[in-house]
Amino acid sequence: MTTDQLPASEAESTEGRAAVTVRDLVIATTSGTEVVQGVSFEIAPGEVLGVVGESGSGKTTVGLALLGHARRGLAITGGTILLGDQDIRAMNDAQLRRLRGSLVSYVPQDPASSLNPALRIGIQLREVLEAHGQTDAKTNAARIAEMMREVALPDDPAYLKRYPHQLSGGQQQRVGLAMAFANRPRLIVLDEPTTGLDVTTQSTVLATVRELAQIHDVAALYVTHDLAVVAAVATRVAVMYAGRIVELGPADKLFESSGHPYTRRLVGAIPRLAGGRSLVGIPGHAPSPGKRPQGCAFAPRCRLRIDECEAEVPPMLEIASDHASRCIRALEVVDFKQDEYGDPVDLPEPDTDKPVLTLDNVVGYYGSTEVLHSINLTLEQGEILAVVGESGSGKTTTARSIAGLHHSWTGSIRLGETELAPAARARSTDVRRQIQYIFQNPYGSLNPRKTIGESVGQPLGIFKIASGKKADAMVGEMLEQVSLSASYARRYPDQCSGGERQRVAIARALISKPSVLICDEITSALDVSVQAAIVELLGELQRELGLSMVFVTHNLPLVRSIAQKVAVLADGSIVEYGDTAEILANPQQEYTRHLISDTPSLETATAEITAAVAPPTDGAHQA
Amino acid sequence: MKFLRGGGIAGFITRRVLLGLLVMFLVSVIVFVSTQLLGDPARAILGRDATPDRLAALQKQLNLDSSKVGQYFHWLGGILHGDLGTSLASSQPVTQVLGARIANSAVLVVLAAIFSVPVSIAIGSYAALRREKLFDTLSSNLMLVLAALPEFVVAVLLVILLSTNVLHLLPAISPVPPGTHAWDYPDELVMPVATLVIAVAPYVSRIMRASMIEVLESDYVEMARLKGLPERTVLIRHALPNAIGPVFQVIAINLAYLAGGVVVIESVFNYPGIGLGLVDAVTNHDIPVVQALAMLIAAVYVVLNLLADVATILVTPRLRTRL
Repeated sequence: MTTDQLPASEAESTEGRAAVTVRDLVIATTSGTEVVQGVSFEIAPGEVLGVVGESGSGKTTVGLALLGHARRGLAITGGTILLGDQDIRAMNDAQLRRLRGSLVSYVPQDPASSLNPALRIGIQLREVLEAHGQTDAKTNAARIAEMMREVALPDDPAYLKRYPHQLSGGQQQRVGLAMAFANRPRLIVLDEPTTGLDVTTQSTVLATVRELAQIHDVAALYVTHDLAVVAAVATRVAVMYAGRIVELGPADKLFESSGHPYTRRLVGAIPRLAGGRSLVGIPGHAPSPGKRPQGCAFAPRCRLRIDECEAEVPPMLEIASDHASRCIRALEVVDFKQDEYGDPVDLPEPDTDKPVLTLDNVVGYYGSTEVLHSINLTLEQGEILAVVGESGSGKTTTARSIAGLHHSWTGSIRLGETELAPAARARSTDVRRQIQYIFQNPYGSLNPRKTIGESVGQPLGIFKIASGKKADAMVGEMLEQVSLSASYARRYPDQCSGGERQRVAIARALISKPSVLICDEITSALDVSVQAAIVELLGELQRELGLSMVFVTHNLPLVRSIAQKVAVLADGSIVEYGDTAEILANPQQEYTRHLISDTPSLETATAEITAAVAPPTDGAHQA
Repeated sequence: MKFLRGGGIAGFITRRVLLGLLVMFLVSVIVFVSTQLLGDPARAILGRDATPDRLAALQKQLNLDSSKVGQYFHWLGGILHGDLGTSLASSQPVTQVLGARIANSAVLVVLAAIFSVPVSIAIGSYAALRREKLFDTLSSNLMLVLAALPEFVVAVLLVILLSTNVLHLLPAISPVPPGTHAWDYPDELVMPVATLVIAVAPYVSRIMRASMIEVLESDYVEMARLKGLPERTVLIRHALPNAIGPVFQVIAINLAYLAGGVVVIESVFNYPGIGLGLVDAVTNHDIPVVQALAMLIAAVYVVLNLLADVATILVTPRLRTRL
């Protein structure tokens, strides 16, 4: 591990004033497999360091190590973690307990499951203060009120008496933030705190994090899989791959001229508002711990691989005084033009004479509440129509009404010339075959007791399309078409990654040759690079098969690279509907403009960061 | 369906009590119909060589000559007035025949609950905390063995161990003489209560362990630890209230099962509870007693389940605030 030392100059960038210094951190499973290998970084007070990586890269594990915590089955086995001059690894349980929540605090990924459902939020806030020696009720009440105001929540006693389930997702996460800042810590670890929040909430939470860190001079480690989010919040970024930091440098440099092929591929996978280029996923997947190759872990997936890459783990190579990359070709890579990946998108011209799906004055209800107000939409043959909106805007209800899964609606939905019954059950077999639905969560939508082949082949039996050998052959063909191999038919869902499962779900939807495919937030549970690969696949399938698709999402930039048309929904009404490029370039409605500016993307973020974040005081950041 | 919501916890209890009464009404129909299969009570009383005249007279006296529906409402009306009829075997009011037995069984069940519930919650919680360590392995296996043993085997083993061959500390049987109360003989209660505790504890402690393990793995417990809370606070304030909800249901089912009369245990210890009472009544074709006991046992199930649901709701704000 000693060869993995950062270049000396990198260590100097926060010299003398680092809030936290991590050196050669190793975290291993109890059976000895190293999950995190030789991770080193520093964070200055007031600085936000973003840690980016795909699921399984070890980023959360590193974050938790800063609190001296390792999850069940893991242990911190090497390296040093210095908080100021205190060594966290040398602390005993009692010292660690005093450290956590006071000097170092944690903001968890899922606020809904991290707040105790049985306790009022006021109690959960107060106990952080009490656990660290502040027992005076009056002082605590005043401090809690102050914290609530800082995260823009009401501070009245009635609000504090609420239970977590009585708050929205965004409010829950603000309570999490208030808790984290309660004892004025020196370091905050934020573990994907905005995953699952819609874009508007996400953008305010990100702004809060940035502000609080600056005002209180707190160092923050922001863990995420979303580079666009990191661009919006972090000044410096560490990219992790297979348990190691592969690139470390200022945020803007990483996005404009990154020195590692993996970072470049990640950047290429981010949907761009400006559009014009298709997304490119990264083929293959990251090696799991214990199966990591001897040399560069990314080499098997790298287009720039040379034989030397596999000889040994490359050391961190200094590109600039504050920018290092774990790639032996870093100095070449850094000079490549960033936009080398992603061809200009050439969306096919839809056939406008034959609408496959028409929604005419559709009004949807939940009980007696009207949740959709007069929705009118047309889907042409060969068209992808994006339905975009925040959570609660009615976009999923619209999709479910089309599929007949939500049947409390009035108005008219026509498939070609056929008038559709509200409930799927009341529709003919052929209509049901023609409308196929792909769900958001690939972990929940595949039957865990059925093989992939059985799941994909099921529609063939239901719709009496094929059986026996012929069906098996069709399943194999379909799996190939979604870029899996026919051998996946024998696997079970738990033997597949999230991206693979979503491909299986796509195969299952396409095998009955539907005329309309409904995709309900199908990439929101996936890593950015996997999302890119799925979108790439859908684009290819659309061009090959002439598919017509309703693509429900909250991610506007994503829409840009695949949909010809977009409908923006707010509070159950369509506020804007038309050509994607036009709407994104020139939104007519305030709501759409908000949605665009709130969505983290490289364009909005880098512009904002250079404008809003004052340059860090130490000169080392100014290359 | 608006009337099924609102009113807070009081509204919920009111609705559940009304629902419980409905259940009891349905149970009464089933009990009445099925006890008809025990045969003609008049014939049971008079024996095989009854003359037709005396049979007819007794049937008239017992109101057996009216229609079945009439008999049912007569019986139901009696129950609502606290009149359970007259025992055919002893010619005494059923309430008087059963009073002492009900009290004896209640003492047994309440004592069993008082000892088994805290002990099994403690064992289950501690096993969850020491998951896959020595205490957990030992207690989990022991509980599994105890759960697998039929109650009478446990009872007999206890008798062998504490009352006869090995040690002679306690009386081997617990016959509470008529006219006295079970609590007048504390030493006689030890063995039956111990048997019941052993019968219930494995189920409660296993569900407690499973529920606690799930809660200890939860994000909010990890968060509580990462907030730097003392371990005691983490366990008592954060873990326990969330883990105990499902346990209430298991406790209720088990106690109701005990209240139904663990005939075998009463039989081993010769303890005059309702289990043995029910067996006697069925053998004697004592229909009013059978009916009364069946209704009583059903009522215990209804009440205990209601209590468990209320307790679960009280510890689960998400359910409570929805009422």
